[in-house]
Amino acid sequence: MTDTSTTIDGRALRTWLHEFGLRVAENSDHLTALDSEIGDADHGSNMHRGMAAVVAAIDADAGTEPGPLLKLVGRTLVSTVGGAAGPLYGTLFLRMAAAAGDAGPLDAAGFAKALRAGLEGVAARGRTEIGDKTMVDALAPAVDALEARLASGAPLDTALAAAAAAAAAGRDDTAGRVARKGRASYLGERSIGHQDPGSASATLLVEAAVAALGTGADGQA
Amino acid sequence: MLPTATMRKFLNDPGEAVRDSLVGLAAAHPGVLRYDTANGIVVRADGPVPGKVGVISGGGSGCEPLHTGFVGHGMLDAAAPGQVFSSPVPDQILAATHAADAGAGVLHVVKNFPGEVMNFEMAAELAAIDGAAVETVVVNDDVAVLDTPGTAGRRGLGATVLVEKLAGAAAERGQALDVVAGVARRVVHRARSFGVGLSSCTPPVAGRPIFTLPDGEIELGIGISGEPGRRRVPMRSARELAALIVSEVLTDLAPTPGAPVLAMLSGMGGTPSSELHLLYGEVDRCLRDAGVEPVRRIVGNFITSLEQSGAALTVLELDDELISLWDAPVHTAALRWGM
Repeated sequence: MTDTSTTIDGRALRTWLHEFGLRVAENSDHLTALDSEIGDADHGSNMHRGMAAVVAAIDADAGTEPGPLLKLVGRTLVSTVGGAAGPLYGTLFLRMAAAAGDAGPLDAAGFAKALRAGLEGVAARGRTEIGDKTMVDALAPAVDALEARLASGAPLDTALAAAAAAAAAGRDDTAGRVARKGRASYLGERSIGHQDPGSASATLLVEAAVAALGTGADGQA
Repeated sequence: MLPTATMRKFLNDPGEAVRDSLVGLAAAHPGVLRYDTANGIVVRADGPVPGKVGVISGGGSGCEPLHTGFVGHGMLDAAAPGQVFSSPVPDQILAATHAADAGAGVLHVVKNFPGEVMNFEMAAELAAIDGAAVETVVVNDDVAVLDTPGTAGRRGLGATVLVEKLAGAAAERGQALDVVAGVARRVVHRARSFGVGLSSCTPPVAGRPIFTLPDGEIELGIGISGEPGRRRVPMRSARELAALIVSEVLTDLAPTPGAPVLAMLSGMGGTPSSELHLLYGEVDRCLRDAGVEPVRRIVGNFITSLEQSGAALTVLELDDELISLWDAPVHTAALRWGM
């Protein structure tokens, strides 16, 4: 029943990462503004710097396999982002790389499995649970939605669209929550009413996947 | 890119502010420290010292002189500065670890901020692969933050300066890694801090203040990244603020009655020395009224948030060994005595 017609190779992943890099650049000031309200006003500039380095690294790399490419992305993010986002986004891609392994192009289920592994890595590195007002609040429902739609036979583009909607809903929900992790937790009740910047950037990541992987199989977009 | 019109700072390119400042720090203190531009770290000029335990720290820039201003004899062997208010990356911390490693092991002094803890954790994992013996001490002295399960826990504030001085002195005496780490943990255990913010501050890249305070209001329970504090309250007198700050700190610390303490009053970067000393006079009296004696005192800008106005009090309950380690010679850009 699952979508086996779509394959996600290194080229498709590059398209996704380029798309994410563009969205981070466009939203850099917005992410920093969100972080100014409840954090330390560096999320946009840190992610912008990191994704610029990622785009340069993957453009300079000739590899075509998903595993090594995702590893390069993770290592670059760890080395360039800093803050909390560096280890968290770095771990996300390093765990995706480990899940992708050396098996060649991923099918839709393989991509979902890699994303699940990445999410689990983020939660472990940050000692974070859903509802703590972090990027996990956007990523976890997105991965849940992706898996559920694929399991019921939906094609990858439909499943990714559902994942992006779930991420955005999770992101919006963070505004009503008290932060229990990250710098925003220092504000206690004062963190209510402000959207978590990590959940906002994580939603951009999923939305970039819709644009890059949702339609063009083999990354021909 | 030139600074924005609303920001008046000594800058060239805001994105290079951290690097350019470290170039100046190294130019001003050539016999004390070096700036390793390739690795983005500051290292002790005469290090690594053979046989000595290395002591390193690091964190977001903008809190100077923490940590780079405390590199030198009797304190840190290396410091890894991140971007403004953003943790250094594991590569920098790993390079600092290797620069400080003379074979006797390295102590990582880590402030309890989520980004710093995670980046140091990843660096320690990498250092272990390289065969370095690393101990980590996490500093969490901020009483303004609830230390309950399901939070990021208390922030590391002024006690970080004291850990760097006291553990650094123990390392300089040739103590072993476990002993140096033990001193650091004892300081964390016996120190508490509380800060008050009278303004916000402007990170160079952001170009605008992190928050705005309405006229007549101040922030209680601030950290060191210009973020808002725990509560916003109306401005009040220095006498009332000192009583509140001392009460917050001592209630949590619960020092032994009559205990000797070290009192550190650090400005946040934008408060003049005269105001800091005015506040210290009130703090000193409050401490004595509460039955503790500040036998060591230090007032100035030691752990800051750029140009934020405000101050934070750190109180450390002392014993004879800690007094001796505090008095031991130190020669860094920001602290120097005994040599």
